[in-house]
Amino acid sequence: MILDLLELLFNAGFWAATIRIACPLLLATLGELICERAGVLNLGIEGIMTIGALVGWTTVYLGGDLSTGILVAAIVGASFGLLHAFFSVYLGASQHVTGIGITLFASSIGYYSFRLLLPSSTTPPKIMAFQPLEIPFFSDIPFLGIALFQHTAFTYFAFLMIPAVFWLMNKTPLGLSIKVAGENPMALEAQGLDVLFVRTIALMLGSALMALGGAYLTMSAFDAFYFGMVNGRGWIAIALVIFASWQPFRVMLGAILFAGLDAFQVRAQQLAGAFIAYQFFLMLPYLLSIVAMVFAARSTYYPRALLIPFRRGERH
Amino acid sequence: MTALLNVKNIDKSFGRLNANKNISFDVASGEIVAILGENGAGKTTLMNIIFGHYVADSGLINFNGNELKAGDTKAAIDAGIGMVHQHFTLAENLTVLENILVGTQPLYQPRLSERKAKEKLKYLAAEFGLELSPQQLVRNLSVGEKQRLEILKTLFGDCKLLILDEPTASLTPQEVKTLFISIRKMVASGLGVILISHKLNEILEISNRIIVLRSGEVVGKVKTKNADKTQLGEMIVGRKINRPIRKENSFKEARIQLFQLSTKSGNGLAALKNVDLEVRGGEIIGVAGVAGNGQKALAEVLTGHNKPNSGKIFVNGKNLFGKTPSDFMNSGVAYIPEDRNADGIIGDMSVWENIILTESKNLKFFNKKGILNIKNSHELANSVCQKNDVRCQSIEQSARLLSGGNIQKLLIGKWLERKPSVIVACQPSRGLDEGAISAVHKTLLSERKKSTAIILISEDLDELLLLADKIVVLFNGKLSQFIENSNLNPNKLGLMMAGDGF
Repeated sequence: MILDLLELLFNAGFWAATIRIACPLLLATLGELICERAGVLNLGIEGIMTIGALVGWTTVYLGGDLSTGILVAAIVGASFGLLHAFFSVYLGASQHVTGIGITLFASSIGYYSFRLLLPSSTTPPKIMAFQPLEIPFFSDIPFLGIALFQHTAFTYFAFLMIPAVFWLMNKTPLGLSIKVAGENPMALEAQGLDVLFVRTIALMLGSALMALGGAYLTMSAFDAFYFGMVNGRGWIAIALVIFASWQPFRVMLGAILFAGLDAFQVRAQQLAGAFIAYQFFLMLPYLLSIVAMVFAARSTYYPRALLIPFRRGERH
Repeated sequence: MTALLNVKNIDKSFGRLNANKNISFDVASGEIVAILGENGAGKTTLMNIIFGHYVADSGLINFNGNELKAGDTKAAIDAGIGMVHQHFTLAENLTVLENILVGTQPLYQPRLSERKAKEKLKYLAAEFGLELSPQQLVRNLSVGEKQRLEILKTLFGDCKLLILDEPTASLTPQEVKTLFISIRKMVASGLGVILISHKLNEILEISNRIIVLRSGEVVGKVKTKNADKTQLGEMIVGRKINRPIRKENSFKEARIQLFQLSTKSGNGLAALKNVDLEVRGGEIIGVAGVAGNGQKALAEVLTGHNKPNSGKIFVNGKNLFGKTPSDFMNSGVAYIPEDRNADGIIGDMSVWENIILTESKNLKFFNKKGILNIKNSHELANSVCQKNDVRCQSIEQSARLLSGGNIQKLLIGKWLERKPSVIVACQPSRGLDEGAISAVHKTLLSERKKSTAIILISEDLDELLLLADKIVVLFNGKLSQFIENSNLNPNKLGLMMAGDGF
C-alpha cells in the first residue's frame, strides 16, 4: 500500500490535479499578500472569493463571455476592497471586525442574489467553463505535458500572476509605496504621499485578485456555483501568506504544497480508506500545513505596521 | 541676505493647549538657525506646521518668495523643504535605496528607475560625507547611519531648507561630530538649516542664530556669537536653574558586590569579562564608557535580566547568582533602564497601571484572589505623580503620550515607592531637557543621602563629574581601576574610554 501511495508522486494526473487545486489559493494568497504588505489584514477574503465565484459565473450564465466574467469578478472584488478601505483605512476601524463583517456580508448577499436569480432550480445550472488548452509541442512532452501544459487559460493566468505581483511589489513605484505603507506609514507621509490612498489602492488590487480566486472555482475548476464552495480556502490563504513570508514566489511553493497534500488525500482515501477512516485523510493537509507553518513562521519577517490604523496629524 | 523661509504670526492649539502662540521668524540661505526649548515648548509642533503635517490655526508661511500651502506635505517637499524627524521615518525592512526612492516617482509609472538614483546618491554621499551602501537593509544600520539616511532622503529631493528635529538625541559623541561636519558642508553649499535641540553646548557650537521657545512663545532671539550659556539656560526654563550639588556623605556597608563576573556575548552585546565592583550605601559609582562596551550587559546583570556565566553577585549580603529579576527586586534593587520607552514603561497602558506594575506582589494593590484594588492603586499613582512632579492630564492617560522627562520621573518615582537599597541607573538623563535633568539628578543625590547605593552608567562626563563619588571606565567588557572624583582628569578619562590602559 505504501508503494501505491508513492507511485502517486509519479502520476502525471496527480500533478495536474495539484496545479488545478493550487490556482484559487494562489490568486487569493497573492491578493492577501498585497493587502497585508500595505498594512491591512483583509479578513474579507472568504466572502470576496464567494462573491467573485458568483459574479464570474453569473456573467457567463447571463450570456457574457468568459473574459468578461473575469473582468466583472475583478471589478466587484475591487469594490469590496474599497468598502473594506472605507471602514478600516479611512475610518480607522478595527481590521478584524471590518474583515469579518465583509466576509459575512459578501457571502450572504452572494447566496441571496443567487436565490433571486434562480428561485426554483434544485440542481445548479452549468455554464461552458474554460476548457483545457493544450500548448503546442510542450503538451506532448511525456509526463510534464499532462502535468503542466494541458490546463485552462485561467490556470496559466493564475500562475502568471506570481511574476506580475512580484514585479508590482519590487519593480514599481506603487509597489514600493505599498511596502512602505505597511512598514512605517509615517515614512510615506514624510515623503509627501497619501498613506490612506496607497492603502486603499492596495486593498482594491488585492481584493480583485481574491475575487478572481473565487471565480476560478466556478469558471475553471467547476462549471457551476454551489453554496459553501469556497469552503475555507480564504482562511488557508491567510495562513499561506505567513508561510510565504510575504514573498510572491514563496506563495507558489505554499499553494502547491497545500494543493499537493489535498490531491494526495483524495487518492489516499481510495487506496487506504478500507483501513483508515477517510476523515483522517481530510485532516492531513491542514495538519501538515500547521507543521509547515511552525517551521516557516518562526524566523519570519512581517510588515511592521500590519493591523495599525493610520490617522493623519495624530501623535505617533 | 534675503529670507528663504518667512514665518509670520503662527498660532496653533490642540484642545485647550496653546502649542504655538504668535510665532514669527525667518531663515536665510546658508545659515543655521537653532530653535531651543524644553520638551513641550512647541518646537516640533512649529516644524510640523512648516512641513505641512499640521495646519496652523492662523498665520502665514512664505518660502522662497511664495506662500506655502498649509497642511500639505507634498507642497512643502516640492517647494524644497526637507525634514528629519526626531523619530526616524524609515521602513526598517527595506533597503537604503528603497527608502530614498519612495515618493520620488509617480505611482502610475510601470517601472521604478534605480540607476540614476544610485548615481545621485553616490554623488551626494561623497559631497557631504554621508556614506551608505544603497543595498543595505535599514534594520541593520546603526542609529548614526539611519540619521545619515534621513538626511540623504531630504537632500535627494533637492531641498533648500533642511529641518533637523533633535538630530543628536540618540547619537554618540563621535556620531555628533560627523553629523556636524556634514551640516557645515551643506550650509556652505547654500542650504538653510533649522536645528531643533535642547543641548546648549551643541547649539552654541554650530548655529548662527538662536531662537528660544517657551510654552509656545518666542522668548528670545540672539546671535550665537553674543549668546551666553547660563542666560540661555534660564531663558529656556523661565527661571534660574539650580544645579544640585553633591555634598560629603558617610558611606555605609557594601550593598552590591560583583566578584569576577563574566557574561556570554550574543545578540550583538559586548560581554563582561571578570568584572569586580562594589558599591556601598550612600555612594554613587559612575561607570563611564562609550556605548556598546558592555553597559547593557552590566546593567542587566545587576538587575537579574542577564544571567552571568561565572562569578559571584551579592546584594545586601545575599548571593543572587543566577536568580531572576524579581529576586533582585525583592532584595531591594531598582532599575532605570537605558531605553525607557521600550523597557521602562508599557506605552499603551495608563499612567497608573504603569506605576503599579512593580507592585504585583503587594497585597495592598493586588489581593490574594488576584483582584486589583483600584482605589489604592489610584492613590499611589496620584501620590507618585505629585511627589515627583510628573505632569500628565490624568493618571488614566496612556504613558506613551508623556514627554521623555515625565516618563523618567514616573519611572524613578515608582521605584522609589519600593524604598530601594540599590539603584541601577542607565543613561538616566539621555534625551531629557535641562529642567528634567536637574530633577533626575536631585532625586539621585537625595537617594544617596538616604544611604542608597547607586550605580550610574552614563556616557555624559558632565553628569558623572556632577554626581559620582568614584568613577570607573568600562571598555570592551572590562572595568578599570576606580578613580576618585576629586582626582579626575577629563583628558585621562577620555583616553581610558578609548581603551588606554586596558
